Amino acid sequence: MSDAKFFAKGKAAELRLELTSDKKDKNYTRRKTALKRIVANMTMNNNEMIQLFPDVLDCIKLDSLEIKKMCFLYLINYCRLKPDLANKALPVLLDDLRDRSPLIRALSLRTVSCIPLPAFNEALVDPLSRLLRDPDPYVRKTAAFGVAKLWASDASMVEKSGLIEGVNQLLVDSNPTVVSAGLAALTDITDKSEGMKLAIGYQDASKLVQILGDCNEWSQTYILSALMAYTPQDPAEALLMAERLSPRLQHSNASVVLGTIRVILYLTHYISDDSAIQGLVKRFGPPLVTLLSKPHEIQYVALRNCFLILQQYPQILQNDIKVFFCKYNDPIYIKVTKLEIIFLLASEDNIKEILRELREYASEIDVQFVRKAVRAIGKLAIKIDTAARDCIDTLLDLVATRVSYIVQEATVVIKNIFRKYPNKYESIISVLCKNLDSLDEPEAKAAMVWIIGQYADRIENSDELLDEFLFTFKEETIEVQLALLTATVKLFIQRPAKGQELVLQVLKWSTEETDNPDLRDRGYMYWRLLSSSSGNADITRQVVMSEKPAISVESDKLDVRTIEELSLNIGSLSAIYLKPVSQIFKGTKARHLEQSPALRRSDSNFESPGFYQNYTAANYFSTTGGDLLSD
Amino acid sequence: MASAIFFLDLKGKPLLSRNYRGDVPMSAVDKFPILLLDAEEESSVVPPCFSHEGINYLYIRHSNLYLLALTKRNSNAAEILLFLHKVVQVLTEYFKELEEESIRDNFVIIYELLDELMDFGYPQTTETKILKEYITQQSHQLEVQPRPPIAVTNAVSWRSEGIRYRKNEVFLDVIESVNLLVSSTGAVLRSEILGSIKLKCYLSGMPELRLGLNDRVMFENSGRSSRGKSIEMEDVKFHQCVRLSRFENDRTISFIPPDGEFELMSYRLNTQVKPLIWVDCAVQMHAGSRIEFAINARAQFKRRSTANNVEITIPVPDDADTPKFRTSVGTVHYAPEKAAIVWKIKHFGGGKEFTMRAELGLPSVKETDPDRKKRPISVKFEIPYFTTSGIQVRYLKIIEPKLQYPSLPWVRYITQSGDDYTVRLP
Repeated sequence: MSDAKFFAKGKAAELRLELTSDKKDKNYTRRKTALKRIVANMTMNNNEMIQLFPDVLDCIKLDSLEIKKMCFLYLINYCRLKPDLANKALPVLLDDLRDRSPLIRALSLRTVSCIPLPAFNEALVDPLSRLLRDPDPYVRKTAAFGVAKLWASDASMVEKSGLIEGVNQLLVDSNPTVVSAGLAALTDITDKSEGMKLAIGYQDASKLVQILGDCNEWSQTYILSALMAYTPQDPAEALLMAERLSPRLQHSNASVVLGTIRVILYLTHYISDDSAIQGLVKRFGPPLVTLLSKPHEIQYVALRNCFLILQQYPQILQNDIKVFFCKYNDPIYIKVTKLEIIFLLASEDNIKEILRELREYASEIDVQFVRKAVRAIGKLAIKIDTAARDCIDTLLDLVATRVSYIVQEATVVIKNIFRKYPNKYESIISVLCKNLDSLDEPEAKAAMVWIIGQYADRIENSDELLDEFLFTFKEETIEVQLALLTATVKLFIQRPAKGQELVLQVLKWSTEETDNPDLRDRGYMYWRLLSSSSGNADITRQVVMSEKPAISVESDKLDVRTIEELSLNIGSLSAIYLKPVSQIFKGTKARHLEQSPALRRSDSNFESPGFYQNYTAANYFSTTGGDLLSD
Repeated sequence: MASAIFFLDLKGKPLLSRNYRGDVPMSAVDKFPILLLDAEEESSVVPPCFSHEGINYLYIRHSNLYLLALTKRNSNAAEILLFLHKVVQVLTEYFKELEEESIRDNFVIIYELLDELMDFGYPQTTETKILKEYITQQSHQLEVQPRPPIAVTNAVSWRSEGIRYRKNEVFLDVIESVNLLVSSTGAVLRSEILGSIKLKCYLSGMPELRLGLNDRVMFENSGRSSRGKSIEMEDVKFHQCVRLSRFENDRTISFIPPDGEFELMSYRLNTQVKPLIWVDCAVQMHAGSRIEFAINARAQFKRRSTANNVEITIPVPDDADTPKFRTSVGTVHYAPEKAAIVWKIKHFGGGKEFTMRAELGLPSVKETDPDRKKRPISVKFEIPYFTTSGIQVRYLKIIEPKLQYPSLPWVRYITQSGDDYTVRLP
């Protein structure tokens, strides 16, 4: 039976007739059909349906759950456009909040609480505090989220109403699902609230870990995120907690696994025993690898988080690098992330294996992935000194394919290799010079020009090569122009006879015939340098050919503080974007390590302002009867 | 935590949506197809979540649908993406198939389900069997729905009480998928076994089950000398019904199962295994005229086992034509749409070895770009009654304290190729 037939554009007048007609309507079949058509039209964004507001409201009272649900849906969709009319539905909804059936109580509670109209908000406060103590756990669970909804709509009213205190009481509920709903609601509120924060003591945290196994997978994720509000006061306490949590790593739900990793990583900051920490983080390896056989999107989340965790603890998967080798049919976003992890884990021990693998990637179809693979090979030469020769051989092998984008990418990285290892591996210059024709990207051109300038005295025909590039000087991007200018000056310094003519030409172009201030400034700088020190070429040489600061690939790494903050957000968006919360989520509280006697701060200097946030308002939760929340 | 959930067609047109938090404008969805297109144009790397003007888009694709979640906060991405997959699973279990047409065909119940699956952007109950008890396609009257199933808020959230079967049976399937990557020089680069134990449970009441495997760690813990082979699992993942702390303590797998079909556990082994089906390939390229392949396939498992439905797919150049094949066993056909030749062997006995030769013509005009699309050879197969790891079910104890019925467990083993059993071409 298909309902697709209802998706015909309906006229409001005609549907109204169906809803209001006095004709006999056994089991409300006619009205059900009409409502289905209305909901279908609403789904299609047919705004004419708003006109039916009063007629639909009349149906709410009918004794049919199906009709009720459709009316509620209609109400949620259109209430903001017709607040006055919506208010008329309020008595019926409030009546339902006292219904005998817990299903109906919860249903109408969900509905009222997601209608953010003042009248609805106000009317809900009293029933809500009653429903928080409802005999049925299903209703209590729904009420917890109801308070969070109401708070989002009118925070100050909720804070005055004592409802938050009511949710607080749920945390000692006998039903684990209700406890977790209460925690989810409070986490939701305190994440946004200026004055309130969640704080959980050891006893309560311990209870939470105990009930984890008794609630469903999603409830477990809520408890796991709430546990971040527990600040261990004693290293042994933190260790015990981490060990009790670790069985959760075996859960089949990936967000439970990642949530567990997050809490354990957080707890390690409060554990003093280093070997215990090593033992804990070692257990992350196998579950993380298993996540790589989940659906692609989950794999991606896992990989990004792996990348983050491995920055801190590379040893977890150092010996399992093969699991990150790309599958032929992986989506590109996965391949690229795997490539980053392979680079991160590369060491002297596994470099040969890695190079063979990257060489394979460089012959794949996707241009962007190929480029990244080539770039990674070049960066490995810089990262691992002893592997430089092997990396360069692999690069030359790739240059020999004469595929334009590979040659260009290789040229760019080879320039960096020269920067890192000056005056070594010069034999490769001749190979590069054979492929000048295939360079058409600015970055590659600039790199090649830099190499020619730097080694002008060792390249037989460096002047001819430069001359060829200079032919199109005026059409080049500023990046290439600057490189050409510097390279020509270098040529002149190293081989004055051959460079003289060219340097004059380039200086003239750069100073007199350009609109670009950077180029002009640099042109004049060289001009003056060359003319003032004409007698003393050594000084010019010292300035132009000076030794450059060494480059390393360490600059690609995230800084320790960012890693620390991100590791408190494992599984979340910011951990996937690899950006601190403050950069992308305005007005969101950054997670940070709460001060405690147990907190490790060996890698200190963290006490910069802003890192520790002070909560100014003192609107903390009070502790009554062994609450989970305390200040 | 998601602010809103959308179903969209592949063009990015919204089909149905639910706004859970009201803190993100629903019109933000209109940007989704544009952003996706822009991102694809700019780079081939389009991840499943991205951010635009403060709104985060997280999506998955299923048949001809996108499922999209929007959020403004630093939400738990793992939770949201996993939830979207669960929605697909639940709706598939409800409607058999989930695609564009099924959204319209079932819109009323989808709205109802969305209301129950998630509250204020937080995933709630996603157990289809439990949902089906109170969200049904038949219209119902108020009085027959006294309350939600206890399971919704119970510690055992996956099974309802009062299930009855005349004959109490459990079917256990141990399925191992082997992934393998062989380099062009014939070295095994990666091999892993992904195991899965699936149960079909037709048991009355609230039965307590205990599963015994030849798990080395458990043997060692209990000080038992293992008769026969035991295996060491790299990582194990359990269905939420399994008591994890119990497993942590003494490696006992104990649980109250959901009713019907479900995956009890999955495991992974990294141990280097001898490739079950080994493929050698020699290629001779006569540029401008023809290309020749000599394929050699060898079954490297015990003689008493047989691999069924073996399928070896060998990539060939896009512009190849006039294929000629010669083989002693099975059939070969040319699949130009995949630019590959496929060699099928119905039954491949253990220890056997077969060869196939293929010759394809190539156009005389030489391509300017050398053929750089290096695709690997892929192999598919199934070997019944056999597990690569040697895992064995030692016992499955079933106890229902109140009913105390006799019950029968049945076990089946099968090994198959995983989604990545490939040999790189030389």
